[in-house]
Amino acid sequence: MEKIYQRPESLTGISTHYCPGCGHGTVHRIIAEVVDELGIREKTIGIAPVGCAVVAYDYWNFDCSEAAHGRATAVATAIKRVRPENIVFTYQGDGDLAAIGTNETIHAANRGENITVIFINNAIYGMTGGQMAPTTLLGQKTATTPEGRDSTVQGYPLKISEMLALLPAVKYIERTSLASVPEINKTKNAIRAAFKNQVDKVGFSLVEILSPCPTYWGMTPEKSLEWIRDVLSKEFPLGKIK
Amino acid sequence: MKTTKILISGNEAIAKGAIDAGCFFYAGYPITPQNELIAYMATHMPALGRVFIQAESELAAINMVYGASAAGVRAMTSSSSPGVSLKQEGISYIAGAELPAVIVNMVRGGPGLGNIAPAQSDYFQSTRGGGHGDYHCLVLAPYSVQEAYELMFTSFDLTDKYRIPAIILGDGMLGQMMEPLEGQRSKFKSQRYEKPWALTGCAGRKPNIAKSFYLAEGDLEKFNLLLQKKYKLIRAKEQRWEEFFVQDAKIILVAYGSMARIAKSVVTGLRAKGKKIGLIRPISLWPFPEKIFQQTALKNKKAKVLVVEMSYGQMLEDVKLALNCKLPVEFFGRSGGGIPTEEEIIKQIK
Repeated sequence: MEKIYQRPESLTGISTHYCPGCGHGTVHRIIAEVVDELGIREKTIGIAPVGCAVVAYDYWNFDCSEAAHGRATAVATAIKRVRPENIVFTYQGDGDLAAIGTNETIHAANRGENITVIFINNAIYGMTGGQMAPTTLLGQKTATTPEGRDSTVQGYPLKISEMLALLPAVKYIERTSLASVPEINKTKNAIRAAFKNQVDKVGFSLVEILSPCPTYWGMTPEKSLEWIRDVLSKEFPLGKIK
Repeated sequence: MKTTKILISGNEAIAKGAIDAGCFFYAGYPITPQNELIAYMATHMPALGRVFIQAESELAAINMVYGASAAGVRAMTSSSSPGVSLKQEGISYIAGAELPAVIVNMVRGGPGLGNIAPAQSDYFQSTRGGGHGDYHCLVLAPYSVQEAYELMFTSFDLTDKYRIPAIILGDGMLGQMMEPLEGQRSKFKSQRYEKPWALTGCAGRKPNIAKSFYLAEGDLEKFNLLLQKKYKLIRAKEQRWEEFFVQDAKIILVAYGSMARIAKSVVTGLRAKGKKIGLIRPISLWPFPEKIFQQTALKNKKAKVLVVEMSYGQMLEDVKLALNCKLPVEFFGRSGGGIPTEEEIIKQIK
């Protein structure tokens, strides 16, 4: 019998610790499929963030490093400079990439580091219990915005991808979502393009993925996907940004 | 082989020493009084095909060092006190992930922004860990340009050997002053250590992971016990110091780094007048050279000890712990840019 679908070699097979309906597992798998398809598993080095995906290295079957909260692109910069023949990517949440690590993100992008950045935007802090993220929507209730995010107090949802697109050294930015199967397929295409760019030495590439967090959105997994489609992607429009 | 002598500043000698010891990666952020070091690296590292990055912050610089070290190369950063405070997060992670790294601190006056004058007030921060968690860094304190150069070889070898961060603790005076440096390359050899743990891509082996995270019950305690075992070994094997007229001394000065130069002048001057005075100069501040103090307590039973620092008594605590009340210990120190003079020290002795 012909095997037409199997676990990617780039996944260890360890069951993930993620909540039901969470998007992390989907994106982990997409990355693993892309790494396998490009035949780069044995030279890939992933950087796991601090946040819900902190132990992503347990799930991927290639070399990985932890990074302090927000410092993933600094760690990736050094690894790529030291080992330009390796494929180096970071996997970061919205708090990691766009709050505590904004400086590292902007400057790695501005230097045009030839790395791939996978940015999970779920508009909330999951690991610590549902606090406001830089990407939290106006009016969105979180543990630290119990009355909803108020622009006069907490500012506006930060569109870091659009900001990064202004930098001349940035080569590719696309925003996708996990709200439906066609959107997941688009996400895979974008992740493949971002890795392929690194293989081809094109330069800094980032994919922002709108990803569900049913637990801290207080919704069912199904409702969460609707919320991405009807609400979150209105604030963060999908498509190629650069 | 012919000995070549060059006139060079302490900051540049540290940079040159790092390069000669095989440092492949440097990331730093400008701060006075160590700017000659980063400039030397910017000039010489790319020419050798090595990596120099002016980082966007001290945080980025130390985390770049973490990444470069995880990738298996000799990596370092340098800064001065306020910048080294910022680096503490990364140093803790480096300690937790058991990565080698060299961190140079050309100490300036504090607290806060302080000033740019020489100081030794970062002793506690350097020798007690500095960041969060139960860890230590190797701390080496050169007192001359020549020694600063040579200790770069020592620090890169020891950090690779034990996989704990190594700190070179200097100060603005050492960094800025120029002295002759004997650069006979063949004299200084660097060890090479295999790094099977490095992130190189998992071809032909299981994946490697660089991390400091131990969530499962009991795992972090086990890991900490391993660290403690390593620290015990380092304490036993890596104490370094210099003795200067200690043998028959009735008064024993204790000073390190730039301060030891002034203390040495005091000893030389008073010895010429027949006074029985000597100096113990700790070179490794962690591990603290307890052995020489224990020996001295046994041999120089009537001696008095005077600790002199450019701080208000930080190394003093280690001297007292090492002597364990066996000899009387006095202290003289100035800080915030104040430097104890020979006259002031002599006044303490009389």
